[in-house]
Amino acid sequence: MTRFHLGRWLRRAGSLAICLILWQIASSLRLNLGIVTFENVPLPVDVVSAALEFLRSPKFFAHISSSLERVLAGFGIAAVIGIGLGLVIGRSRWLGDFLQAPLELLRPIPAVAWIPLAVLMFSSSELSMIFITFTGALFPILLNTVHGVESVDPRLIASARSLGSTRTAMLLEVIIPGAAPNIVTGLVIGMGTSWFCLVTAEMIAGQFGIGYYTWESYTLQNYPEIIVGMILIGLFGMGSSALLRAAGAALLPWHTKDSK
Amino acid sequence: MTTHQRSFRAATGRIEANHVSIRLGRGSSAFEAVTDASFEVSPGEFVCLLGPSGCGKSTLLGALAGHIKPAAGVLSVDGQPVKDPHPERGIVFQHHTLFPWKNARDNVAFGLKMRGVKRRQRRLEAEKMLDLVGLNGFAGRYPGQLSGGMQQRVEIARVLVNQPRLLLMDEPFGALDALTRLRMQELLLDIWEQFRKTILFVTHDIDEALLLADRIIVMQAQPGRIHEEISVPFERPRMTGIIASGEFMRLKQHCLHLLHRDRPGDTLPRLSPLGL
Ligand SMILES: Nc1ncnc2c1ncn2[C@@H]1O[C@H](COP(=O)(O)OP(=O)(O)O)[C@@H](O)[C@H]1O
Ligand SMILES: [Mg+2]
Repeated sequence: MTRFHLGRWLRRAGSLAICLILWQIASSLRLNLGIVTFENVPLPVDVVSAALEFLRSPKFFAHISSSLERVLAGFGIAAVIGIGLGLVIGRSRWLGDFLQAPLELLRPIPAVAWIPLAVLMFSSSELSMIFITFTGALFPILLNTVHGVESVDPRLIASARSLGSTRTAMLLEVIIPGAAPNIVTGLVIGMGTSWFCLVTAEMIAGQFGIGYYTWESYTLQNYPEIIVGMILIGLFGMGSSALLRAAGAALLPWHTKDSK
Repeated sequence: MTTHQRSFRAATGRIEANHVSIRLGRGSSAFEAVTDASFEVSPGEFVCLLGPSGCGKSTLLGALAGHIKPAAGVLSVDGQPVKDPHPERGIVFQHHTLFPWKNARDNVAFGLKMRGVKRRQRRLEAEKMLDLVGLNGFAGRYPGQLSGGMQQRVEIARVLVNQPRLLLMDEPFGALDALTRLRMQELLLDIWEQFRKTILFVTHDIDEALLLADRIIVMQAQPGRIHEEISVPFERPRMTGIIASGEFMRLKQHCLHLLHRDRPGDTLPRLSPLGL
């Protein structure tokens, strides 16, 4: 059992190491493949030292905290509205029909396409970036919640009614727990898209934030810093999704227990 | 167990069905699943609804539970017309209707919680019920951690804790293996002897109906209707040995004959009247 896991981790670390080595070779040889060139790609070593320097600089905290604040605000609002609206739509055929047309129309518009309008609509660029983050997270959360509510076994609802369930109890003790695994999935996906949208928005409208830092590094020709920014974006996106998934698993013990 | 009265003729749990017809589906696909059904069940009686699949057994039971409204006729329990689902009419389905996110104790305590019983009291009563169905020590398990038979025991406890006037059971042991099913039948009879609740038990298994029931209401399909009532004379408590008796064979032959009039070839889609 542990051997198996060890083997797996070795394999993963190995593939990561190979990527790094290939990168090192390609950029130290200034490899030019015609359509893509490594001439301007910094060496891994330079990236590491740039990262260490950035970690020590006071700007680090400012960039990270403003990105985190935006994600938390946008994602948080999206979670509240997405889950709330999803529960109502999933439960009420009337409201579901009523909201279907506008939602179907808005859904395929990528959050990034909202950026110009958002900048025009909101009084501060801060708010417009939060709005973009919100838009990115909203649909995955909303749609997964609706799907979760609709897939609650009707026999469970019938049983609960026969056991004397009140309307509130139906929602809190049957519908929400029943939809919870789907809601968690929606939140995890929404977290990913909200990082994605935030970084894009920061590149265009930001003054601080990891996305802004990455883009600024490009304009200032600090090439290693571009990669530091990219890696940070990846790490934060991955970390927050993992955090959500872990929280979901802790909150839904029955779900993980019987699926094993 | 000692807090509950021992067997006596129950005073509540009389079912009356008067020319009940039930329509399912909407618009052009609507059809009559049960046609003009009339029957009575006395307080404390154990009655099986026996019929081929698709003859409207679940539909009739769903209507008695209050989940489906009859298109015509009256269904009443103790003189009160059935309107909505109510814990007085407990229903047990075939499987997978426990709340997967609640452990056995909280599943059983659900009805008490809805009645506003305090937490401590709920735990106490729920655990007493779990003991009664032979699940001492399993209170903390989630349904996913229980075997099929244990899950059905929890189902029964969850309904009994509400002190219902009647138990409506829709093929509750249909998904169990033969041996577990036999144990569950014995358990159910045991509980019934103790509480004397009226039980209306749906099955398509002739042996099961003959082993359990005081009376069998045989239904037929297309249109779904009541065909014949058979009273089952075996003494109680019943031993599984009666299966070998001549009288049992004779009744079984008779039921087989009734069921086989519906042609066995045309299988029906496994839909369910609650839209399940
Ligand atoms: N939701 C539904 N919509 C349309 N027809 C249904 C639905 N549920 C069940 N039926 C049909 O109604 C008839 C009676 O079903 P049911 O009461 O489940 O029969 P039984 O329990 O005796 O097998 C069957 O012909 C079945 O196919
Ligand atoms: Mg059925």
